[in-house]
Amino acid sequence: MIKEENLVYRRTPLMTDATLSYCPGCGHGTVHRLIMEVVEEMGIQQDTIGISPVGCAVLAYDFMDVDFSEAAHGRAPAVATGIKRLWPDKFVFTYQGDGDLAAIGTAETIHACNRGENICIFFINNGIYGMTGGQMAPTTLEGMKSSTTPYGRDAMKMGPPFKITELIAQLPGTHYVTRHAVHKAGLVRKAKKAIRKAFEIQQEKKGLAFIEFLSNCNSGWKMTPNDSNQWLEEHMYPFYPLGDIKVDGKLVKDVCKDLMQKSPVTT
Amino acid sequence: MAKAKGAIVVDVERCKGCEVCVVNCPTDVIGMTEQVNTKGYHYAYMKYPENCTGCTNCAVVCPDGAITVYRVKPQ
Amino acid sequence: MKELALMKGNEAIAEAAILAGTDAYFGYPITPQSEVLEYLALQKPEERTGMVVLQAESELAAINMVYGAAGTGKRVMTSSSSPGISLMQEGISYIAGAELPCLIVNVVRGGPGLGTIQPSQADYFQATKGGGHGDYHLIVLAPASVQEMADFVDLAYELAFKYRNPAMILSDGLIGQMMEKVELPPQKPRTSEFDQSWVITGKRPDRERNIITSLNLDPELQYEHNLKLKEKYNRMSEDVMFESLHCDDAEFLLVAYGSSARICQKVVAVARGRGQRLGLLRPQTLFPFPTDELARLAGKVKGIMAVELSTGQMVEDVKLAVNGRVPVYHYGMPGGKVHSPDDVLEAVEENFIGG
Repeated sequence: MIKEENLVYRRTPLMTDATLSYCPGCGHGTVHRLIMEVVEEMGIQQDTIGISPVGCAVLAYDFMDVDFSEAAHGRAPAVATGIKRLWPDKFVFTYQGDGDLAAIGTAETIHACNRGENICIFFINNGIYGMTGGQMAPTTLEGMKSSTTPYGRDAMKMGPPFKITELIAQLPGTHYVTRHAVHKAGLVRKAKKAIRKAFEIQQEKKGLAFIEFLSNCNSGWKMTPNDSNQWLEEHMYPFYPLGDIKVDGKLVKDVCKDLMQKSPVTT
Repeated sequence: MAKAKGAIVVDVERCKGCEVCVVNCPTDVIGMTEQVNTKGYHYAYMKYPENCTGCTNCAVVCPDGAITVYRVKPQ
Repeated sequence: MKELALMKGNEAIAEAAILAGTDAYFGYPITPQSEVLEYLALQKPEERTGMVVLQAESELAAINMVYGAAGTGKRVMTSSSSPGISLMQEGISYIAGAELPCLIVNVVRGGPGLGTIQPSQADYFQATKGGGHGDYHLIVLAPASVQEMADFVDLAYELAFKYRNPAMILSDGLIGQMMEKVELPPQKPRTSEFDQSWVITGKRPDRERNIITSLNLDPELQYEHNLKLKEKYNRMSEDVMFESLHCDDAEFLLVAYGSSARICQKVVAVARGRGQRLGLLRPQTLFPFPTDELARLAGKVKGIMAVELSTGQMVEDVKLAVNGRVPVYHYGMPGGKVHSPDDVLEAVEENFIGG
């Protein structure tokens, strides 16, 4: 049975041998691997440049075997713009968390999307600041506890959670905007197809492809990995529904309505 | 048509014992060991190897890419 | 063949940038340097040389576009004025930490805060002592004419690539807005060959992946990185540049750079006419600073005065170089006011002649 000819799945060699610095069960590793699987399948390792963020994925360049530039907090879309403008035929992607992309880097995100930079943005939304110890993120749900909202996020004081994905989908520069999750096998396969599509859009120079991945942060949420994935489905799905938001440059959802949706209060 | 028959190989040192593979296995093949690896994690293993179909679900959800999957289709 | 033109300093920088084969410019408008981006936009450099010119959404984005683009090993630049340069400090620190070559132009205005749009030299500390967080220095060139605005662009790139370090042209609103005759260099080709050993091109099969980063979580690695940077900054002293005016027989010495040095040239001429043995040392590089030359001159003169458009910043480096051997004074107007030669002459009389 354990023979080369029977091999149906192995870790892509485009992931380095380094042990991932992520907590057990964290979705970051899965998304890293999916991106590298697509790069491997498209045969574009020699032409791919990644931009890593500040946050848990700051060391993403240790794990993905492609050229990388590490950006200051939130500035990845600007860094990607600089690279892509000088290497228009290379594949450039940013990999960013919710604090990086939707708080400190909001301006860079929105303007790169508005200009339609021909890049891929991969956005991990786990509703919390993981690396700094579980503080409130722009995407933290109402009522959700974090180390800076120990009594739950109060929308009156801290504002409601921010759906940046629905926001940038309305900009003319974005060609493909979609939301996925990676904690179940079926979802992983769909997410990988979306990543492939994003890189193909870049190849065809059609504009910016933006994928949000809902992920757990079991350490920050203080749950076991499987419990956190369950919690993700129960609490994040209703506010951050999975599926395509914009396809081929056309909105496929009523994003204005989605943006006005009141966050369910979680405890 | 006969059912596909599969097997997984877990990279023991790469496994962090998160158990996401366990709940993703449709045929309940995977269990967690009593013993731990050098990092102190209980790691995944084929508790019921006869049930494995080689569907790869466990491998694709493994955040650490610790699982390799083999499958033979009976002739 | 060299071309003669009458240009503003800011325009000369922009034209020189195209002629130096700059691959990309990323910037954001701010007075008194907006002509750089405006001139570039008008010139259609994408047609002339293929140069990329992009107006960013902020100085923060602009410097990070520079950071990204500099990682490709090409000639990239930005320009701004004081408040905008403050906003760029985060990116500049990262660029210095990641050891990327690039050019940053600061057409200085009065501060702190929003300050004034009039010329100033009050960004000396920020430019020469690091500016952002961490242990680093920029290569700092100080043009005193529109000609040097043009000449220093290519020079800045040469030094930036020699040391893999960001270089700054520290100008001011006076030089930026002033029109003068300028001799332009011939067109250089854009970067066609570059050192591929460290740049991000996509991982080639024959090498490990290249990573542009300023992160060293291991303190031992950061310690070694800091020492390596320090060694590089020390080595830069071999590229120190300055101009001496009547320093050989000077009894008293002025030290001034940029627009203040222009004023001091007149001061020296008038003083010499009066029989006073006044000299001027004009640093053209502020980092590296002409410390050795100043130390040498300190052994020959009776007193030294730093003349700058601030309440006294470069004077500290002059004092360090002189090391107490002769009195060191400061004169200069801050806040966007520009001293006249008579103002400086009065200070010369007071400190040196009457003192």
